[in-house]
Amino acid sequence: MNIKKTVTLSAIALFLIAASVWMGRVSYSWFPPQASAEAILYDDLFSILTAIGTFIFLGVTLAIGYNIIFHRAGRYDTSDGPPIEGNLRLEILWTVTPLLIVIGLAAASYQTYDKMNLHGATEIAHLPQVMESAYADTGITTEPMTKIEVDSKQWAWVFRYPEKNVTSTELHLPVDQRAHLKLRSQDVIHGFYIPAFRVKQDIIPAKTIDFEFTPIREGKYRLRDSQYSGTYFAAMQADVVVESPEDYDRWLNQAAKQTPTPAPNQAASEYAKREQKEDSAGWQTVVPAPAPMVNYHP
Amino acid sequence: MTVTSNPEQLIPETPPNWRKYFSFSTDHKVIGIQYIVTAFFFFLLAGVFAMIMRGELITPEPDLLDRTVYNGLYTMHGTIMLFGWTFPVLSGFANYLVPLMIGARDMAFPRLNAAAFWMIPVVGILLILSFLVPGGPAQSGWWAYPPQSLQNPTGNLINGQFIWLLAVAISGVSSIMGALNIVTTIVRMRAPGMGWFKTPAFVWTVLAAQLIQLYGLPALTAGAVMLLCDLSVGTAFFDPAQGGDPVLFQHFFWFYSHPAVYVMVLPVFGIFSEVFPVYARKPLFGYKIVAVSSLIITGLSGIVWVHHMFASGTPGWMRIVFMASTMLISVPTGIKVFAWVGTIWGGKLRLDTPMLFALGGLINFVFAGITGIMLSSVPIDIHVNNTYFVVGHFHYVLYGTIAFGIFAGIYHWFPKMTGKMYYEGLGKLHFYLTFAGTALNFLPMHPLGLMGMPRRVASYDPEFAFWNVLASLGGFLLGISTIPFILNMVSSWTSGKPAGNNPWKAIGLEWLVSSPPEHENFEEIPIVIAEPYGYGKDEKLTENLGG
Repeated sequence: MNIKKTVTLSAIALFLIAASVWMGRVSYSWFPPQASAEAILYDDLFSILTAIGTFIFLGVTLAIGYNIIFHRAGRYDTSDGPPIEGNLRLEILWTVTPLLIVIGLAAASYQTYDKMNLHGATEIAHLPQVMESAYADTGITTEPMTKIEVDSKQWAWVFRYPEKNVTSTELHLPVDQRAHLKLRSQDVIHGFYIPAFRVKQDIIPAKTIDFEFTPIREGKYRLRDSQYSGTYFAAMQADVVVESPEDYDRWLNQAAKQTPTPAPNQAASEYAKREQKEDSAGWQTVVPAPAPMVNYHP
Repeated sequence: MTVTSNPEQLIPETPPNWRKYFSFSTDHKVIGIQYIVTAFFFFLLAGVFAMIMRGELITPEPDLLDRTVYNGLYTMHGTIMLFGWTFPVLSGFANYLVPLMIGARDMAFPRLNAAAFWMIPVVGILLILSFLVPGGPAQSGWWAYPPQSLQNPTGNLINGQFIWLLAVAISGVSSIMGALNIVTTIVRMRAPGMGWFKTPAFVWTVLAAQLIQLYGLPALTAGAVMLLCDLSVGTAFFDPAQGGDPVLFQHFFWFYSHPAVYVMVLPVFGIFSEVFPVYARKPLFGYKIVAVSSLIITGLSGIVWVHHMFASGTPGWMRIVFMASTMLISVPTGIKVFAWVGTIWGGKLRLDTPMLFALGGLINFVFAGITGIMLSSVPIDIHVNNTYFVVGHFHYVLYGTIAFGIFAGIYHWFPKMTGKMYYEGLGKLHFYLTFAGTALNFLPMHPLGLMGMPRRVASYDPEFAFWNVLASLGGFLLGISTIPFILNMVSSWTSGKPAGNNPWKAIGLEWLVSSPPEHENFEEIPIVIAEPYGYGKDEKLTENLGG
């Protein structure tokens, strides 16, 4: 290999590495705010994957681009290229390298998964099994707080706080405490999904699914149904309020004093409007559950 | 086999002109073109559905369509694109090319072949008619997850979901028949001298894909029939209210429907492997390992399905096992990608339309592969599962890679199929519009998914508006991009310049016969003496027909 070639290849490699590291940094800006401990772990892993992905993508497209620019056949050139049929060393290299990369990625993913400690549906028997390591230096209480029951139905979310017997259509959570939810569905499969927390779990009817995560940032976020559930699927959303433990207690006590009233429900009101019009443009739909009666609604 | 023993009695006469395409012809070339043209009709129809959906999604509010209509459209878009376009058009390529490429006069079972094809229009007509039944077409997506898909608000026995399941089951039977035929043909009917390592890469990939059909489709078809029984007869396989298990259906469904993506993408890999050597004027780099890697994909693709169910309530050990198996698939596909880059490396590139589509498809596929690896990582998937990130990844595979490969194949073999040359200018215009439209339509879906926009929604929060507007404009651009294609195909077929037997100076048995090939292809069966990609080597492909 002569010097010119070495310099060129090194420059390209440096460029690729710089671009990949830069993309890895930029990737943090593609997400909603990091509102849970899981989100921090998540975004770090995604950043690594983005950097590696950028390296591979740019490497391959640069190689293709180089040949498009410098190895075009001349206009009247009908000759063939060199009859190179393969290169065993290269072929072994590009089999083994991806293999090593994916083993590394699988290991990194497993580690993150382990730290996030998201429970699958069939691990209920082992609860609670919180990984102390993930929170060792964050000062977060790892003992799960009071369990909140999440009832999903076509098309509403209702949250029940059994300790004060409070129901709400807005999910309130104290900051820096591990939340423990019991997910249930009354009809079809729904998906419990809070993008700012990077967590998701399908809710299978006739099952109760335990689900844990740790909010770490006060604010208002969005809960969305993530498993298609029929006509008003897109409207099945709720607000999630993460607040200081004092505010949370105040809210809970306040809510406990209120008598249940019907909460506004987008599916129910859209359906009512649709029923009034005689010549509805749509097809027959499953009738939405009536607006839920709750102690608190926004 | 009764194919040639007494053709007058057993096989109806094939009409000589255009009418043959409307007959129960048993000529594999006629059936191939029947598949391709029929599929293209469904491509346009499902494409119109997509553009209406993008029209709804250009604003956050559900203002263009009723929600039920949106849900019906997205369900039918996916269903028709898969069962009406992608599978049939690739069956068309396999039908047309495999016998020619292996030096056979027809498929092993010509009448089975015709019967399998004629089930496709039935499937399509059923799906279209389902718009007319009370309650409209199925509105449960192409996954049809119970119990949502069992809800049937009309209460009628004949409802959209019922027709949908019937159509899927018929399509499954048709595909199993086709797979049996194609596998038999490839295994039994290769020309003398064509050992496995003298067989073209496209034939290898078709074999790999059709083997998946044989092991996977029975699971899906059985799942569909069980769901049909739950819906119409009152069984409770999947209905949790009666003690059934809805997650079981997801296993039935994904056991086939993930490998199904490989059924679709493998032949496209084959098209890439055929196109790159011709337009780079170099042998396919590492041909043998490229060929074998297809079968490795066939094997691996059968043990990855649970990666679609990471958020479904799967136990932790299962998530980890399926993450590992899914990531492993990137090794054989990586081998192919690097081999294609090796093929064009230092070649004499000719950027005709087929090459442009193949290169564009390759770049899109590398991108799709990277987001695919991300999705296979369990913690990553937990957040982006069922969001637009997946929709973006999926369309980079299905459109950016598979449709690009199909267009590359259509332009590459158009001279062979019709005997006419297409118009290069229109072809290039088609490519540039398609490439731009694909990026504009499907790239914005990735940030949308990372931000947390779920898929299958008819309305969304205003924070997602910006990227949705871009995606919608891209969708309309893709609609426009088909216009030069249609113009090109129609005008070239009717009044293009004669192409001659081998306009690309390509190596392969199909290029040794006339364009279009005569009935039964080869007067004399070729005797193959060389590997399929002898570019730059100045060697003969066959002993008796030259090449």
